[in-house]
Amino acid sequence: MAKHHRGTTPVHLVLAWGFVGIPLVWGVLNTLANAMKLFQ
Amino acid sequence: MALLSFLDRQHSVAGPGFSRWMVPPAALCVHLCIGQAYAFSVFNLPMTKLIGITQSAPEDWKLTELGWIFSIAIFFLGASAAVFGRWVEEGGPRRAMFTSALCFGGGFLVAAAGTALHQLWIVYLGYGVLGGIGLGIGYISPVSTLIRWFPDRPGMATGMAIMGFGGGAFIASPLSVWLMARFTTPTHIGVAETFVTMGLIYLCFMMVGSAIVRVPAPGWRPAGYVAPAQPKRLVTRNNVYVYQALKTPQFWCIWWVLCLNVTAGIGVLGQASAMSQEMFPGRITPVAAAGLVGLMSLFNMGGRFFWASLSDVIGRKNTYFVFFMLGTVLYALVPTTGAIGSVPLFVLCFLVILSMYGGGFATVPAYLRDMFGTRYVGAIHGLLITAWSVAGILGPVLVNYMREYNLAHGVAKTDAYNFTMYVMAGLLVIGFFCNLFVRAVHERHHMRQEAADALGMAE
Repeated sequence: MAKHHRGTTPVHLVLAWGFVGIPLVWGVLNTLANAMKLFQ
Repeated sequence: MALLSFLDRQHSVAGPGFSRWMVPPAALCVHLCIGQAYAFSVFNLPMTKLIGITQSAPEDWKLTELGWIFSIAIFFLGASAAVFGRWVEEGGPRRAMFTSALCFGGGFLVAAAGTALHQLWIVYLGYGVLGGIGLGIGYISPVSTLIRWFPDRPGMATGMAIMGFGGGAFIASPLSVWLMARFTTPTHIGVAETFVTMGLIYLCFMMVGSAIVRVPAPGWRPAGYVAPAQPKRLVTRNNVYVYQALKTPQFWCIWWVLCLNVTAGIGVLGQASAMSQEMFPGRITPVAAAGLVGLMSLFNMGGRFFWASLSDVIGRKNTYFVFFMLGTVLYALVPTTGAIGSVPLFVLCFLVILSMYGGGFATVPAYLRDMFGTRYVGAIHGLLITAWSVAGILGPVLVNYMREYNLAHGVAKTDAYNFTMYVMAGLLVIGFFCNLFVRAVHERHHMRQEAADALGMAE
């Protein structure tokens, strides 16, 4: 059985979501900027 | 081997106080990386000039030869998801994510060696075979874990991960272009160095996912969650063994549901740029068409989260009914948008269609869980991925060949896609009926309690 008895703190959650969220948001904004050419 | 024991399922059981909201980022660590596959085409043109540098030399690789890299990878994605599904399910998500990271990151490194040595077969072997196996194992690795952590919202949970697969290309495409620009000199094109850098980045990123993922302890339930006393008719509390699922009509109905939904979407996704320019000559320029493709990709990604989350509310079967009914209307409407010259209506049709294409991928794991239970849902999902492989061939072939046929028979370019759109609408009508035939799985297919206990699956 596992011995991971330390609970998750809000810092863990922010770090985990930031780790995946920041690159994803950067990619989405990049794509959105290119997509705007459709309306120019 | 004791060194690798931390990868075992029993070593990744969550302790008290672990938040289930740590699991979606773990899944996204893998899916955002393997979603790079959709952006592989950015390497195609530079790889045709590795020797000639400014233009292709006779001994340089041809685009047609390079196209096989992606095709081989997608083939091995489907094959490995089907073959390794049970291994992934029984070994747990950490071992699967770890293996996927080694295969996918390693595939880049082998492909880099092939590029540096200018041996295309090594690139096929690296990115195509090894990377493709990493894609397949990585794609299914977090599915059942997310479903167990979110019994109250399984659609939303798997939708989040599968949204990452759609979003991976948004990161990979600009990153690849930026890295290649950094490594390219007047006498050298920096594809191999870019492969090495990306392979190492993806390896580390996926390893983080493997490290933070946890499976819930047996019997765990979210705080305040009470399973419905009266189970829904189409949501089972039993489990079906992975290979037994193949013997049920439900598996094959859902296989066709996914295949037809993807066939219709993938056909227009690949041809949207050319189609929009030919249907609206002079009004949609190549630059605007590229913008449309980007916007469609965003809707493809967003639809994965939106529709899968909605399916938790309205049910999986009803969600696919929406895809098939609304999709049929929208496909049938596309020729009219061309006839009346309405670009906004054309764009709107395609954006909604693409959101439902992504939604079809993201909702299917929860559909399988409803039908076959939680225990082998990841492995059954792996088998179902073969529907994607078939659709990946069917969709583009249908669109391309029907366009060629129409042009050869004197149909104007602006109208060349009309018949194709009606055929796609017809495919969705067939999909509607396949979905209609989905009923609860007969109890003779359910795993017996002794077999379940023997497999240590106290659900």
